Amino acid sequence: MDIGFSEEQELLRDTARKFLDSACTTKFVRERMATQEGMTPEFWSQIAEQGWLGINFSEDDGGSGLGLTDLVVLMEEMGRAVMPGPYLATALLGGAAIREAGSAAQRQEYLPRIAAGELRATLASTEPNARWDASGITMNAQSMRGGFTLSGSKLFVPDAHLADTIVVAARTRDGSTMEDGVSLFLVPKDAAGLGVALMPSIDETRKLCEVRFDNVAVPQTALLGELHEGWPSLARVYDGAAVALSAEICGGAQRVLEMTVEYAKLRETFGKPIGSYQGVKHKCADMLVEVENAKSLTYYAAWAVDEKQPDAKLAVSMAKAYASDASRKVSNAGIQLHGGIGMTWEHDLHLYMKRAKASEVAFGDATWHRERVASLLGA
Amino acid sequence: MDFADAPEHAEFRREFRSWLDANLTDDLKVEDASDSRVAPDRETLEKRIAWQKKMYAAGWVGISWPKEYGGRGASFIQQVIFDEEYFRAHAPILPGASAIGLLGPTLIQLGTEEQKKRHLQAILAGDERWCQGFSEPGAGGDLASLRTRAIDKGDHFVVNGQKVWTSGAHFADWCFLLVRTDPEAPKHHGITYLLVDMKTPGITVRPLVLLNGHRHFNEVFFEDVVVPKENVVGKINEGWKVAITTLMFERGGAGGRDHAAQIARLVELAKQFPNRQEPSWDQTHVRQMLAQLAIEAQALKVTRLRGLTRRLRGEAPGPEGSILKLFGSELAQRIADASSTLLGPYATIEGATEAVPDSGRWAHRVMGARQYAIAGGTSEIQRNIIGERVLGLPKG
Repeated sequence: MDIGFSEEQELLRDTARKFLDSACTTKFVRERMATQEGMTPEFWSQIAEQGWLGINFSEDDGGSGLGLTDLVVLMEEMGRAVMPGPYLATALLGGAAIREAGSAAQRQEYLPRIAAGELRATLASTEPNARWDASGITMNAQSMRGGFTLSGSKLFVPDAHLADTIVVAARTRDGSTMEDGVSLFLVPKDAAGLGVALMPSIDETRKLCEVRFDNVAVPQTALLGELHEGWPSLARVYDGAAVALSAEICGGAQRVLEMTVEYAKLRETFGKPIGSYQGVKHKCADMLVEVENAKSLTYYAAWAVDEKQPDAKLAVSMAKAYASDASRKVSNAGIQLHGGIGMTWEHDLHLYMKRAKASEVAFGDATWHRERVASLLGA
Repeated sequence: MDFADAPEHAEFRREFRSWLDANLTDDLKVEDASDSRVAPDRETLEKRIAWQKKMYAAGWVGISWPKEYGGRGASFIQQVIFDEEYFRAHAPILPGASAIGLLGPTLIQLGTEEQKKRHLQAILAGDERWCQGFSEPGAGGDLASLRTRAIDKGDHFVVNGQKVWTSGAHFADWCFLLVRTDPEAPKHHGITYLLVDMKTPGITVRPLVLLNGHRHFNEVFFEDVVVPKENVVGKINEGWKVAITTLMFERGGAGGRDHAAQIARLVELAKQFPNRQEPSWDQTHVRQMLAQLAIEAQALKVTRLRGLTRRLRGEAPGPEGSILKLFGSELAQRIADASSTLLGPYATIEGATEAVPDSGRWAHRVMGARQYAIAGGTSEIQRNIIGERVLGLPKG
């Protein structure tokens, strides 16, 4: 038993922290979030050079061949910096879907370019019904000569406006179960009939889009993996994203805690630092408990997935359920303890608060994951 | 990152588990060992003493003590595995537990040769039971302000004062006692650590029965109690250092209660129990509540393991250790409270009922759980400690 990070992982953390401290200041974050691109080409090449984009792709596919426990380290640091841009969309959604479902040829075609920072991707799976299980996939893909026609609408698609390739989940038949009959397709951004519109979401560092498919015709080769059998791959992508977001939440919450403690030591009322009052001190202590427990469950989930443990699904849902609640509690407490200044645009807390909210509800909120925990416990 | 046992540790776990399977009889088992640290009656005590002797004969008592003192010189990780398996098997806490875990290791480090010879083997063998005379009516969280007075009479001390919350004093043969020997000195200086024979004239043990009827704690009164000087551990007036050593062993205790088993039982109950017409388990709020408890129990478990890892790696303690007591005791309360939500009126029945055979157990837990967030430093104190020592916030 050794529930800690390896020397390599600590090195990865140090390197990431140093890089982000200088290249991704909150000034940078504020500048980038005000633009459509969300980041700069230089920044994107720099993270590609460091191997971040292909961290979970195999070496054959141009990646580093590392696991979720390594990604967790990176995500904690990205969360700490509220790193803007389509990292989640490209590496952990679109890229991960191609890794999980793609044939060797498809992986070879896309993943090395994603890892190199030359191609951006995303995953369009969530629909207006906002469900995270297989029954949420209702959009139709009609089989027709030499290919498929996609019609319908996808919502909450991260950074679709920046993606060169969109992986789309659609229903190709009414199977015996909800899981049966889901297929994945690779759709290029310039496909005829494809429309992408930004949704006015609160977290501008990671933009959400509506993607409309108006009889979008794609060839047979656009099918990613096996026909009707896309769900298990998609489920693995969801679980990976849930763990990654949990880790990102931990990193952001850790930073909010630090900012709050720092402030509580300096800010005085009635002649004493507010951190000396138990009303403030105890709230800070509770924030620490939230952050540390969220880390524990996230680390366990990452390990359980990497090691293909029988309780991996349970571990993932435990992590995301706890982290989602912690995300809300810690960012709210951070603002409460800062008082009025925490409510202002000029203070950085709102960057964390908005990301925390976005991550709290993405890929299953606490209630959704608790229900999955209950089903697994009661089985 | 590796949550699995290394092969040699897995082997140790197997060895101890199979010994427990073969030797621990059902009449000794307890639902949750933490709920009956002290035997409820003399008969149970005698059974548990016999159990300790059986364990001792097989070399399973005080395994982390050095071999020369009768232990196995077990490593920290072996002690952790031992505790996990012991709780898992529903074995009872040994009558000698406080001496095995706290006093013995203190004497090994700081006791005289005479004291070691006199007590160590008797502690392991189950021949001596000890109680811890630390807390006083005016000295709980702020232990160093204790006022039980010992006057130096040349070759002995005369002790007067009162201790409180003394677990198992009514079964104890000896007491490790903190007394004030120099009232003029600053409060951390002027304390002395004594070993006191409970048969000494002038000692009165009065039960402090808890609201659930449990006889666990006592008040202990000292009236002109004579304690020979050879029973001082460490130096006179420097007992605080010795007390800190004892307290370090207390905090180092690695065992955790088996919350997951409690929650699994509640899930079973929820499936069977037709609360409000449909099985509780079909109700969203019940599923959400029990899932949340299971999540918190797992969080606590992994947070504990992260703290252990730091210790195994020889790193400075992280924030994990300090949150275990706070979160663990409050989680235990939430689990108890969940049983009330689940069981409705059965939650108030102190005995077995047809519909809920273990209703009595949950009723007792609901009442007894209040103490978890008080004993060993209240949750409020724990939050102060986290705020000040871990986060570095200023004292109030």
